[in-house]
Amino acid sequence: MFRRVKHWGPGLLLLAPTIILVGVFVYWLIFENFRVSLTNQHTAKPSNKYVGFENYTNLLADPNFQHSLWNLLILTVVFLSGTLIFGFLWAWILDKPAKGEGFFRAVYLFPMSVSFIASGVVWRWLLSSLQTDQPGGERTTGLNRLLDSVGLGFMQNDWWSNPTWGIAAIAVPAIWQLSGYVMALFLAGFRGIPEELREAARIDGCSEWKLYRYVIFPQLNPVMLSAVIIIGHMSLKLFDLIRAIVPDANTYDVQVPATMMWVKYIGSDYADAAAIGMILLVLVAIVVIPYLMYTSRAEKR
Amino acid sequence: MRRRLTLIAAAATLGLTLAGCGGAADKPAESAAPPAEATGKVGVFTWWADGSEKVGLDALTAVFTKDYPKLTFDNLAVAGGAGSQAKSVLAAQLKAGNPPDSFQAHAGAELQDYIDAEQLEDLSSFYTDNKLTEQFPKDLVDRLTVGGKIYSVPSNIHRANVVWANVEVLKKAGLDPTKPAENLEGWFADMDKIKATGKTPLSVAGSWTQVQLFENILLSSLGVDGYNGLWDGKTDWKGADVTKAIDAYKKALSYTNTDRDSLSDWAPATQLVQDGAAAYNVMGDWAEAKFAQDGDKAGVDYTYFPTPGTAGVFDFLADSFTLPVGAPNPDGAKAWLTTVGSAEGQSAFNKAKGSIPANITAKTDDFSEYQKSAIKDFSQDKIVSSLAHGAAVPVAWLNDLSTAVSKFGGDGNVAGLQDSAAAIAAKFAQ
Repeated sequence: MFRRVKHWGPGLLLLAPTIILVGVFVYWLIFENFRVSLTNQHTAKPSNKYVGFENYTNLLADPNFQHSLWNLLILTVVFLSGTLIFGFLWAWILDKPAKGEGFFRAVYLFPMSVSFIASGVVWRWLLSSLQTDQPGGERTTGLNRLLDSVGLGFMQNDWWSNPTWGIAAIAVPAIWQLSGYVMALFLAGFRGIPEELREAARIDGCSEWKLYRYVIFPQLNPVMLSAVIIIGHMSLKLFDLIRAIVPDANTYDVQVPATMMWVKYIGSDYADAAAIGMILLVLVAIVVIPYLMYTSRAEKR
Repeated sequence: MRRRLTLIAAAATLGLTLAGCGGAADKPAESAAPPAEATGKVGVFTWWADGSEKVGLDALTAVFTKDYPKLTFDNLAVAGGAGSQAKSVLAAQLKAGNPPDSFQAHAGAELQDYIDAEQLEDLSSFYTDNKLTEQFPKDLVDRLTVGGKIYSVPSNIHRANVVWANVEVLKKAGLDPTKPAENLEGWFADMDKIKATGKTPLSVAGSWTQVQLFENILLSSLGVDGYNGLWDGKTDWKGADVTKAIDAYKKALSYTNTDRDSLSDWAPATQLVQDGAAAYNVMGDWAEAKFAQDGDKAGVDYTYFPTPGTAGVFDFLADSFTLPVGAPNPDGAKAWLTTVGSAEGQSAFNKAKGSIPANITAKTDDFSEYQKSAIKDFSQDKIVSSLAHGAAVPVAWLNDLSTAVSKFGGDGNVAGLQDSAAAIAAKFAQ
C-alpha cells in the first residue's frame, strides 16, 4: 500500500496546485457561468430563478443575435481565406532560394507582435468611412484619402460602416496582422519536405504544377489544418480588435457574439451575457476538440 | 487511499472557492461618528477622467480637502464611452461585494437598477440632517425619491436638448443665427440651405449620440406628454405619430456626416461645428465647457438654442453620488456627500463642468452666460427625463433601444425601428 503511494504520490503532489487552480479558475467558472445562463438574472437585481434553456432559445430566436452569428460567419470566412492565401503566397515566394529571405520573413512576421488594441487604434483611422465625393469630403482620411490621391478614388468605400459587409472590413486588419504567422507555419511545412522527394518527382518527368499538386500539397495538409484551427478559433473569439476600431460597442453593423456579450454584460443582463458566453464556448469547442482528438491520435501512432 | 486523496483535493478546491466568495464583508453603514470626525481614505468612483469633467472633479475635490483635512480623497475614475467602461468595472466590484465609498450614477431610472439590487444605502436621514430637501428643487427631489426613500445626492444638472451652431456657417448660408427655426420642418429647411453651401448641416457621432439625437426628435415631434408616455406606456410606440417622428429622425440622419460611426465620442462631432465643417450639433450642455475651454465666444463663434420644437422643455439628466452598501469608510463617504451637496461644492464643480448646480442656494454670479440661461430655464420649463443618459429608462432597456437605433443608422427601415422599439417597450414595461 505504502509503496504504491510512493510510486504515484510525488507526481500527484507536484500536479495538485495546477489541477486545483485550473479546476477552480477554469472549470468551476465555466460551470458557474453555465449556471447563471440558466437563471433569469436579466437586471442588476439578484435573482436565481432557474428558467432552463429559455435564455438560449430566446437568444437564438432574436434577429439581433442571428445577425451577430451571420457577421461572425462572414468574418471567419474572410479572415481564414485571407490569411491562408497571403500566408501561403508569401511562404511560397520565400521558399524559392532568394536573397533577403530573413529580411522579408521578419517584415511579414512583425505585425503579429503588435497588440490588436494598438493596431486597432491605427486601423480606426485608416478605415474611416468618409469619402472624398461626400459632403464634408475634404476631411477624408485614411485609406479612402490614399486611394483618392493615387487615382483609385472609385475604390473608396465605407468600410466597416456598411450594414451588410461591414464586418468583412474588420477582417482586413486581422489578415494584415496574422498572415505572417500563417506564412511561418507554411514555411516550416515547406522546409519539412525533403529535397529528395522533389528531385525524384522531377526525374520522373513531373511538371512544376503536378509536383505541387501531388507531392507538396498533400504533405502540407497537417500545417493547413493547424492554421485553420488557430485562425478559426481566434476569429470566433475576436473582440479586442473590433472594440478598438469601432468606438461604440453597441454598433449594430459590426456586432458579433463577443461584442454583444459585452453590451449585455454592461446592461447588467448577466443571464443573457452568460448564455452568449456558453454559445461561444461551444462554437470554439466544435473547432478545437476534433483537432485535439486528431493530434492525440496522431501522437499515439 | 486514492479516494481519500481525491476527497482532500476536493476539500481544498472547496476551501479556495469559499475563500473567494467570502470577500463581501457586511459592514454597517450607520455609524455614530459625525462626518467631520472621519479619517482615512475616501474612494470615489466616477467616469470623469479627462476634459471639463476632470477639471470639475478637481475643483470639487479641492473644496472637499479644505472642508475635511483629515480625509484623503482617492480618485477611482475610469475613462471611456460616456461611462460605459466605468459602469462595467463598477458592476464587477459591486457584484464581488467590494464597493467604493461612493460612486457616480445618473439620477433616475439608471439608479433603479442599483436600488433593486439592494446595493445602495437609504440617504433620507442624511437629507433631513443636512436640510438638503429644501435646498434642491422639488422636481428633482421627486425624481430622486423611490418608494419614499432617497438614495443619492445630485451634484449637477445637465440639459440634453440643446443645439450648438457655428455662427459663420449659418451666416454663409443666409440664415440669421439669432433666429433659430421653431419646429423640425423649419429646421430641415434651414439645413437644406446649409447643404447647398457644401457644409455638413448636422454633425453626430457614434451610437449613443445618435440615440440622443433620436430622443430630441421624438421630444420635438411628440411633445412633452407624448414623449413621457413612451416610457410609462401611455404612448403607443406603434402609433402614427411615432411613425412620423421616426420619419423625421430618418430625415435628420440624412443631413449628418457619413462617418458618424467612426467618431470616437461626442467631442469630435462638436469639434466639427467648432471647425466650421458642420453647422449644427445636438449635444448636452457639457459641450458648453468644451467651447469655453477652446476659447470660443458665445454669439460670436457659436450659438445655442433648444432643439427646434422643444423650446420651454428641459430635457434633464443629473449626475449623483451614492453610499453603497458595505462601503469601507461610510463616515468618509458621508463627508464626501456633504461636500457634493453643499452650495460651495456645487458652485466650484459646476462652474468648471459647464452644468448647473442642483443646489439652488449655490452662488452662480460668475457662471457663464449659457449656464445662467440654463438655470433660468430649469426653474420655469417643463422637465422631462433624458433617454440616452439613463434618466428615462433602465440601462437594459436603453441598451436594446440603442442597438435598434444603431441598426436604423445602417438600414433606414422605419417600420423595423418602430416594431423593435415597441417590442422592447413591451418587454420591459411588464
